[in-house]
Amino acid sequence: MDPRRTARTVSDPKVRQVGFFTPAPPERSVSDPPRFQDPIQPPSPSPTQVNDHSPSGNSLSPVMIPPAHHHSDNFLRTALQATSPTKAFSYSAKTVTIPPENEDVASSFSPGRKVVSAKSPSSFPGVKASSVPASELTTVSVVNLPPGISEKAGGASVEVQNDRPVSAKTLKEKTSKAERRALQEAQRAAKAAAKAEGTKASSAASKVVTSANTKPSKAAKSSSQKNDGSQVAASEKKGGDRAPEKDRKKDAPHPRMQYDDKSRVEKAKKRAVVKQTEARNRVELFRHLPQYEHGTQLPDLETKFFELDPMHPAVYKVGLQYLSGDIRGGNARCIAMFQAFKEAIKDYSTPPEKTLIRDLTARISSYVSFLIECRPLSISMGNAIKFLKNRIAKLPLALSESEAKSTLMLDIDRFINEKIILSEKVIVKHAVTKIRDGDVLLTYGASSVVEMILLHAHELGKHFHVVVVDSRPKLEGQLLLRRLVRKGLSCTYTHVNAVSCIMQDVTRVFLGASSVLSNGTVYSRVGTACVAMVAHAFHVPVLVCCEAYKFHERVQLDSICFNELGNPDAISKVQGRKEINYLDGLVNQENLQLLNLIYDATPSDYVSMIITDYGMIPPTSVPVIVREYRRDHLWS
Amino acid sequence: MWWRSASFILDRQQEQNTSYPPNPESLLLSSPPPSMADSLQNPKPDISAYYQTRAAHHAVVTSDWLSQAQAAVSLQTNDDVSSGSDGRVAPTGGGTGGDNKTFSVIDEFNSWRKQPDLAEAVAAIRALAAVIRASQATTMMELEIELKKASDSLKAWDATSISLTAGCDLFMRYVTRTSALEYEDFNSARYRLIERAEKFGEISYKARRIIAMLSQDFIFDGCTILVHGFSRVVLEVLKTAAENKKHFRVFCTEGRPDRTGLRLSNELAKLDVPVKLLIDSAVAYTMDEVDMVLVGADGVVESGGIINMMGTYQIALVSHSMNKPVYVAAESYKFARLYPLDQKDMGPALRTIDFGVPIPSKVEVEKSARDYTPPQYLTLLFTDLGVLTPSVVSDELIQLYL
Repeated sequence: MDPRRTARTVSDPKVRQVGFFTPAPPERSVSDPPRFQDPIQPPSPSPTQVNDHSPSGNSLSPVMIPPAHHHSDNFLRTALQATSPTKAFSYSAKTVTIPPENEDVASSFSPGRKVVSAKSPSSFPGVKASSVPASELTTVSVVNLPPGISEKAGGASVEVQNDRPVSAKTLKEKTSKAERRALQEAQRAAKAAAKAEGTKASSAASKVVTSANTKPSKAAKSSSQKNDGSQVAASEKKGGDRAPEKDRKKDAPHPRMQYDDKSRVEKAKKRAVVKQTEARNRVELFRHLPQYEHGTQLPDLETKFFELDPMHPAVYKVGLQYLSGDIRGGNARCIAMFQAFKEAIKDYSTPPEKTLIRDLTARISSYVSFLIECRPLSISMGNAIKFLKNRIAKLPLALSESEAKSTLMLDIDRFINEKIILSEKVIVKHAVTKIRDGDVLLTYGASSVVEMILLHAHELGKHFHVVVVDSRPKLEGQLLLRRLVRKGLSCTYTHVNAVSCIMQDVTRVFLGASSVLSNGTVYSRVGTACVAMVAHAFHVPVLVCCEAYKFHERVQLDSICFNELGNPDAISKVQGRKEINYLDGLVNQENLQLLNLIYDATPSDYVSMIITDYGMIPPTSVPVIVREYRRDHLWS
Repeated sequence: MWWRSASFILDRQQEQNTSYPPNPESLLLSSPPPSMADSLQNPKPDISAYYQTRAAHHAVVTSDWLSQAQAAVSLQTNDDVSSGSDGRVAPTGGGTGGDNKTFSVIDEFNSWRKQPDLAEAVAAIRALAAVIRASQATTMMELEIELKKASDSLKAWDATSISLTAGCDLFMRYVTRTSALEYEDFNSARYRLIERAEKFGEISYKARRIIAMLSQDFIFDGCTILVHGFSRVVLEVLKTAAENKKHFRVFCTEGRPDRTGLRLSNELAKLDVPVKLLIDSAVAYTMDEVDMVLVGADGVVESGGIINMMGTYQIALVSHSMNKPVYVAAESYKFARLYPLDQKDMGPALRTIDFGVPIPSKVEVEKSARDYTPPQYLTLLFTDLGVLTPSVVSDELIQLYL
């Protein structure tokens, strides 16, 4: 037990509140029972925990959801998720002005780029000095650049600002002359643009500053979405790979880049190693996701193998495997990536006049951006990369290069062993207790954990029947089915179309997940939501098996905001069936959009239980796991 | 051909298990088992010891119970002799410690649980404290292993009791979190553990007081409360409300088969609270008049649902469909790391049911003593940690056990 439990004597039960609350004077009734020591708590203090019962009442209670982190190192991690619009609202509007000594940095940006500064003291001292310290939330602000580019950017920001309330507290006294001039010019440009658009010019001052609003209005949504791409990308840079040498080529496009933002896409293209051709008829609703022609990149990349000097061959190989689909499944992809990174770190040597911590982070970022070009990252991979970057950043400076490298390689091994392989075993151990003799288990797609569970239960001599539900176009279920039948399990194979017929005979549904989000939403192979909903309608318990490293603190309500699009040809053609050619020649039609989604989001209502390495938990407890263990294990 | 048949198979398995019992005596339901007073092994493995004790505590005299008790008195002398030797299997010393020490946790536990006011979990913890006292371990690790064995044997002795399991787990958790390093030496750590175990009894009483205080905000003048079964916490809540001069009335279900509702209505009548007694099947009929449902719990599981006396689930279902709040009063030591998915997911806790008339042998009788109420039918849980929504239970459990 930890001290906060000791402190939690319920002397005044009303103090215990859920959610955010304002500190109120503790009121104590006369009939308070005396404080007593909780039976089960040794007074061992653990530093990571927060004491909840301080008289001021503004510290965290264990049932409270902690407010957004406001340290720069935390910012890094939040920045990664910032592209999803819901997340962006949590940034308060604050102005940060850039002192003149940073102008050289700023002007080295490619034209049109907005400078984003977060409260990140380590990388940007000037900003920190002028930023407003009182903010509780993470401060993110976008400042347009001084002359030359201000017009364009200003115009953009005006457009963004038009229809939403703007915070007026912008200019601080301490702005230098150069800045004021810059701001003025920007304002002028903005005003002109505003007039042209016929909008009210009163908010001129704030137009210069594009700030993400905390208010989740619809108008703000569009703007923040637009900003996110740049904000996040820029703020990521300063997370550590903003090396003094400013080699912008290493700059990774953010994994959650909004692909409907034309300027960002243009820039990303310039950097891209893999030349992707865009799909002709992009699906309107999913324009923010990358939609490329499939099948064109592989030969192109193969020819380039010897030209790409910064890319490590191991990473290159993994990227190609992602691209061709040889490696798939969350765990397999993650392990492959980490092993490639391990190789790369092994062969790494710090260039002269560079520090290992910064250069290696930049190197890893460039690898990651290459991998993203091959196939968008899964959430679990994002978590793993964050872990690795965090380990690199936390390396003691005194360490020699070889020591640092071996530490990192050990860390990677440990992550693979503890977070993936061991946790799978623990999940199997838990899940097997839920399988009884005579059960009919249904599974969808091919999940490695579910397969292990079924095989283990079979080894234990339990008698059960498995229904493997599958869907086009990947037909992964057949692989699973093959392995199960070989081991002697009794199986039924059907497609998702028949799931409602078969569900009445099923007693348990076991599903794998690509990720579990903090509102309990299960993010998994497309079709999972359908299966879970049918199971719910038939009152069949749905058990989702997911390792804790795949948990993510983001909240997602639909499967549109963030998703991955597969090859549309896969659904328009049926392999091996030449006679089904109804869509031949139609694919390039203007009025036909083919949509092949890879993932979908299952609402938590349809999930009875999530089996994870920390035990069996209800979907409402995902944030608890994220809160309690992320900080300790993954990030420290 | 496969078919959805889990429940049938389960039932059949249970039958098979009971058909070749280790103890031939237990086949004959009529033949009285030795009562708790002298049972060193679980006398009837097919009948939940937990519910036997509860019946004893509640002093509910059914004809079945009466015959059991009478038979126990007559059996007592020879039973003591026979079980005296084999009962002291010394679960503490599997070869390490108490070889010469004939000490049994189960003995200890049973002597504690005879006290009617003592909760099962407290009895378990006291029994474990006795293990510490009796142990000759010299290191924390040794003690821990001994305790682990003792708690395992306790848990195995009555697998149907959730609070026994939870109590054992809680104490073990406490022990593993307390290392001798924090204290000067092993002995002080050991005393600390014993002291903590001693305190647990009063804590459980205090928890009831806290819950009663917390729940006062929810009982308003003129409300009608439906209660089910007999729960010490619920009684405490209602008592406090009556002391606070609240005007409310209580509907008590009868609580078949052990008629625990009768006992509760007796107690409430003593407090001058207007009480109406319902038969168990009149719940839906009276639900219109009811403002809230208040039940206790045998155990609170990780999903936030509760395991309680048979009938709680249907009351919760009825009140959910009529949009009446369902409140659960439960001490936090009843939180258990269990996660039943449906009713049959737990091992059933069986008990004898007296129908008053002979039942033909061909007719099956559902003997389970408890059911599982899923969290979506519960409104709030009153615990000594505060008033919680069902989803917070898992939060607390994770913090407690991980």
